[in-house]
Amino acid sequence: MKRKISRKLLFALLVLAGVALVFAGCAGDEQEIAIGVAGAHSGDLASYGLPSVNAAQLVADQYNENGGVMGRQVRLIVEDDVCQPEIAVNTAAKLVGDDVAGVIGHICSGATRAALGTYVGSEIPVISPSATSPSLTQDGQHPNFFRTIASDDAQARLQVDFVINELGLSQVAVLHDQGDYGRGLAEFARDFIEEESSVEVVMFDGVTPGAVDYSAVINRVAQSGAEVIIYGGYHPEASRLVGQMRDRDMETLLVSGDGVMDDTFIRVAGEAAEGVYATSPMDTSTSAIAIEAAELHRERYGEEPGAFFLNAYAATQALLNAIDVAESTEYADVTAALRNNSVETPLGPISFDERGDATGVGFSMYQVQNGTYVELGN
Amino acid sequence: MNYFTEVVLSGLTRGSIYALIALGYTMVYGIIELINFAHGEIYMIGAFTALILASVLTIFGFNTIAILFLAGIIAIVYSSMYGYTMEKVAYKPIRNSQRLSALISAIGMSMFLQNYVRIAQTSDFLPFPRIIPRFPWLSALPVSMSSSQFMIFSSTAVVMVLLTLLIKFTKIGKSMRAASQDKIMAKLLGVNVNKVISLTFIIGSATAALGGILISSYTGQINFYIGFLAGIKAFVAAVLGGIGSIPGAVLGSFVLGLTESFGAGYISSDYEDVFAFIILAVILIVKPAGILGKGQIEKV
Repeated sequence: MKRKISRKLLFALLVLAGVALVFAGCAGDEQEIAIGVAGAHSGDLASYGLPSVNAAQLVADQYNENGGVMGRQVRLIVEDDVCQPEIAVNTAAKLVGDDVAGVIGHICSGATRAALGTYVGSEIPVISPSATSPSLTQDGQHPNFFRTIASDDAQARLQVDFVINELGLSQVAVLHDQGDYGRGLAEFARDFIEEESSVEVVMFDGVTPGAVDYSAVINRVAQSGAEVIIYGGYHPEASRLVGQMRDRDMETLLVSGDGVMDDTFIRVAGEAAEGVYATSPMDTSTSAIAIEAAELHRERYGEEPGAFFLNAYAATQALLNAIDVAESTEYADVTAALRNNSVETPLGPISFDERGDATGVGFSMYQVQNGTYVELGN
Repeated sequence: MNYFTEVVLSGLTRGSIYALIALGYTMVYGIIELINFAHGEIYMIGAFTALILASVLTIFGFNTIAILFLAGIIAIVYSSMYGYTMEKVAYKPIRNSQRLSALISAIGMSMFLQNYVRIAQTSDFLPFPRIIPRFPWLSALPVSMSSSQFMIFSSTAVVMVLLTLLIKFTKIGKSMRAASQDKIMAKLLGVNVNKVISLTFIIGSATAALGGILISSYTGQINFYIGFLAGIKAFVAAVLGGIGSIPGAVLGSFVLGLTESFGAGYISSDYEDVFAFIILAVILIVKPAGILGKGQIEKV
């Protein structure tokens, strides 16, 4: 009996080895240009990461139909980092091992920062559609990093200006979720407020992500006399915060960032979401290229494109265009081409400055009205 | 209502949330000395089942009270079946091996159930309906308390009293105590140990599911991961109070809830978890078996 099993096992192993060989044969195609797409494709924040995969696929397919880049076909290698820094490092190592010419991603700032260490050493250009932590471009550590989204300080600037000029309020509580993205956003907001004389930070504190109950921190908000909360973080905590505030009939306004600008927030928070403000990239979905990109997405995937779709679309266009113009996949040529060439994208014509920030992208203020986010006029 | 009362109330709310989960933890530990890490997953499955049932019943046009009772009872029974099966599949086959094996099996069970729900349902957050109706008489109370808060408080109290009575005064409780002291001797005296352990898991899972339904109704959202996060804190509470002791679990939960609330309310909510674990460390240094735990002498 035992013998029989081990023979079967041997056979299964042989079959597996055969299959592995076949796959290895496929991967060795020298003619293709490999592009990595990394980000959260499962878990809580999958809704931020998956649209980028679709966007990259659509752009790559367009290039491939028209003869590819430098006459070579573009192949995507999609890797999931679940938005966790420790997993993102492995994701990056995997992509480096696959010899990618560039990476679209990662999605979350924390994961991006962790992964960049690996990419810098291997000289691989990385374009993120969504990582907004300012220091990624400002600390000068990552010459290979680019992004097609404005950084958090621009977002915080808009939030603070909005609170002062549009809402006309003066008592602000600044909260965050203790993460790279949330805390960064909140600290910028606090610093900008401290430069102004007409507003005051009455409370600055972090909340514990995933905690069952936020009544303690809500008590302190009520106690502090804050008229408005500026919150840096993602939608699961924001919906719990605003839900528990409205349950207690607290009318304190909530101004947040693009981490909350997600339909899941409205669905989960329900009525409590009404009136919540969030900054998010300017709505360019009415430009001709954007409409065409969204149309392609609907045709192919049968649904509306999700968060950061257009940013990822633009990022992929910029990367492939740079390789095409430079006629090379060498790091120095590609990064130079990214900085020196303007490319037509759904976000408008963009190029990258010395630090890697895209010129010509910015933020707008949105508000939840009757169950959808509406862009407020400037 | 002044600020101090509000901080106390929010601490009590947190405490009773932890307690409702910690009760099942501590009960299972009391009988078979196994830290059932999959307990939080039963809590999550209870909440998911209630959510699905509530959505279906709403389509059929039942009223709120009927939905609360039907969805609640079916979800509790269903989750108890999960608890029963879990014990049979993951713990019974290795009951006589080292305790570490059972612990690893429990962690595996927890991961399995989480990912099973993630794949079968969704990884997204889902809105949980307010299945607990607003009680108008609550506004007459001197403190402001929502109906779900009230339900969590009272369920914690009722479950704690019932479990204590069950263990102290019934025949099955006597068998439970006997099985926990010495399984072989209990068997020799005619106690059906397998049945007792199964029943412990069923009761433990039922309390977890009840917690899942009430707490999700309070927070208003669920996803596949809520059981893990809630389970960790409830575990800390159970250890704090003396794991294996039913009143200890409740006491530990309130100590934990109030510590977090006072820490967050008067110092900074940034350090909420820090305060929670400082109090755990302090109590375990002073009284290693927990507040109400009985120090056990290791037999050599």
